[in-house]
Amino acid sequence: MGKTLYEKVFDAHTVRKLPSGQYQLLMGLHLIHEVTSPQAFSMLEERWLSVLYPNRTFATVDHIVPTASQLRPFKDDLAEGMMVALERNVAKHKIRYFSLDRDEQGIVHVIGPENGLTQPGMTICCGDSHTSTHGAFGAIAFGIGTSQVRDVLATQTLSMAKLKVRRIEVNGKLSPGVFAKDVALYIINKLGVNGGVGYAYEFAGEVFDNFSMEERMTVCNMSIEGGARCGYVNPDQTTYAYLKGRTYAPSAENWEKAVKYWESIRSDADATFDDVVRYQGSEIEPMVTWGITPGQSTPVLGKIPSEGDVEASERESAREAYAYMSFEPGQPVSGTKINVAFIGSCTNGRMSDFEAVIDLIRGKNFKVAPHVKALVVPGSQKLRKEMLALGYDKIFTDAGFEFREAGCSMCLAMNPDKLQGREVCASSSNRNFKGRQGSPAGRTLLMSPVMVAAAAIAGHVTDARQLFGLAN
Amino acid sequence: MNDSKRIEITGRGIPLRGNDIDTDRIIPARYLRTVTFDGLGEHAFEDDRKALKAEGKVHVFDEPKYAAGEVLLVNKNFGCGSSREHAPQAIVRFGKGIRAIVGESFAEIFYGNCIMLGVPCAVVSAAHVNDLMAAVEAKPEQAVSVDLRTKTVSVGNLKVPFEMPEGARQQFLEGNWDTTGELLAGKEEIQKTAQKLPYFADFR
Ligand code: SF4
Repeated sequence: MGKTLYEKVFDAHTVRKLPSGQYQLLMGLHLIHEVTSPQAFSMLEERWLSVLYPNRTFATVDHIVPTASQLRPFKDDLAEGMMVALERNVAKHKIRYFSLDRDEQGIVHVIGPENGLTQPGMTICCGDSHTSTHGAFGAIAFGIGTSQVRDVLATQTLSMAKLKVRRIEVNGKLSPGVFAKDVALYIINKLGVNGGVGYAYEFAGEVFDNFSMEERMTVCNMSIEGGARCGYVNPDQTTYAYLKGRTYAPSAENWEKAVKYWESIRSDADATFDDVVRYQGSEIEPMVTWGITPGQSTPVLGKIPSEGDVEASERESAREAYAYMSFEPGQPVSGTKINVAFIGSCTNGRMSDFEAVIDLIRGKNFKVAPHVKALVVPGSQKLRKEMLALGYDKIFTDAGFEFREAGCSMCLAMNPDKLQGREVCASSSNRNFKGRQGSPAGRTLLMSPVMVAAAAIAGHVTDARQLFGLAN
Repeated sequence: MNDSKRIEITGRGIPLRGNDIDTDRIIPARYLRTVTFDGLGEHAFEDDRKALKAEGKVHVFDEPKYAAGEVLLVNKNFGCGSSREHAPQAIVRFGKGIRAIVGESFAEIFYGNCIMLGVPCAVVSAAHVNDLMAAVEAKPEQAVSVDLRTKTVSVGNLKVPFEMPEGARQQFLEGNWDTTGELLAGKEEIQKTAQKLPYFADFR
């Protein structure tokens, strides 16, 4: 009987079975950042432990970095203190560090793949739930807590239970104006925000086969929003072509050996899954969230569901969402006035995300609506430089967007980019939780970068296919 | 170590109603600008507490009658979202200190983080959570008891079964939920596993 990629990679990294019934799992790549690592280093030092494999851990800074100016010391003393702690820890333990003055710096889930650190058949962890992003390469990648960061530093291993595997196939083709983000939101809408608890998601089908690596990353990134701790796509020629020549990817002389391993960990054709679901790409439309969980979404031309439309167990959550968002059940989502537009984050802060927008606004006279503050935030310094070289900053700023330094920015409330009061933000990020974007009353509508751009220009949520004249 | 054993946890309850309570709500991100977990307890649920106050209502974490609570009662998908361990770290530092959580279901990373901190999360049915919450609301001063030996939660005359993976339950009962030592014991096997992997020796 065949095996899934998940089982193969899990087995290859299993050190032993622990008395608790869990498995001791070796981690191939450990990424750390300033928010969830300082306490782990303190715990390590309290126990007089050192880092077992410093060459398998890489550090960067992203969450607290201001995107208006990266000049040190930061104005925020607390943020500066976190920088100092990280610098001290990486120096002391000889961990490679992508600091602010380097091109490699950026959002941890953007820079791992960009620099070729993220590879098929690896186990990858980071004290950050969106580590699932790296699964796009056919890795088992998941977020961990700070005590686990300590364990990985000390032992390069974790105590883990084996997950079940659900294969999610999306077949056929996506319609014009429908993007990877819409696929992610559609899946979460169908399976629920905790539908993936206990599962790893294997994403497959023609839509994923045809996706670029960046598109695969967008969907794997949001596995966790569907409750699945990790999600992956089997590696293929698209994966290998992406990796070839990147700084930390296997060199030319090791390439064949690497590809052989990568091919060997693909799910077998006769692998059995604990569950399989299938969707048709043609059924997916541009999606917008209207509530306070990523599962509360609707196609842009749809209406906010009434209580009767949602399952009984979801009604209370829906009521909470109507109240928080000030929406009436049955109201169309399109037309919702926005105050802020944000294109960026580890979900949609990569080149193809910005290019999708550039292609639509270049040479046209589109302007951000006067009442909207619109931010474009590249996921890494390297990407930012590439965009500058292509003149994209100019195209964005001419259209009224602000073009910022790399970082997590308005995805979460840890740096100066925050919503104020009850502002509404059209956002290409991944979470619409209450208060997520920095104001305890701030409201987030998740959507694709192209939909965010359309909302920025129109001043309200609108169908990007109509605004940009995309064939329907 | 005897004091690391988690056999029966008894204390007053705090009934926190609501599904999908995410870790951004448990501890708002602005409090993650720190290099320790100290002082997080007072900021637990800060935005929810403030929002209710503005409406003239009171969050359970602000109710004097629950101030001595040590067992948190929650609904579905508790702790979803960000992997921040700051969330359970804030909960264990709230008030007297929460020592066990009872709920309908938990997000996976949150659940694992709680194990690492020695905080058992007991999963009970939706109906039973409701019964437990109602019992605590009716009589906040009575103790809630989470018994890992019998896998039951009781309050007053009410006693309901809970679920917990056997491995985790044993870790709690035996007091070896702190994993580092156990993982370090496998050092030789770690090296062997690493050597077998084609990529592990170095990048490129
Ligand atoms: S972009 Fe957002 S979700 Fe991604 S790592 Fe940064 S804060 Fe987390």
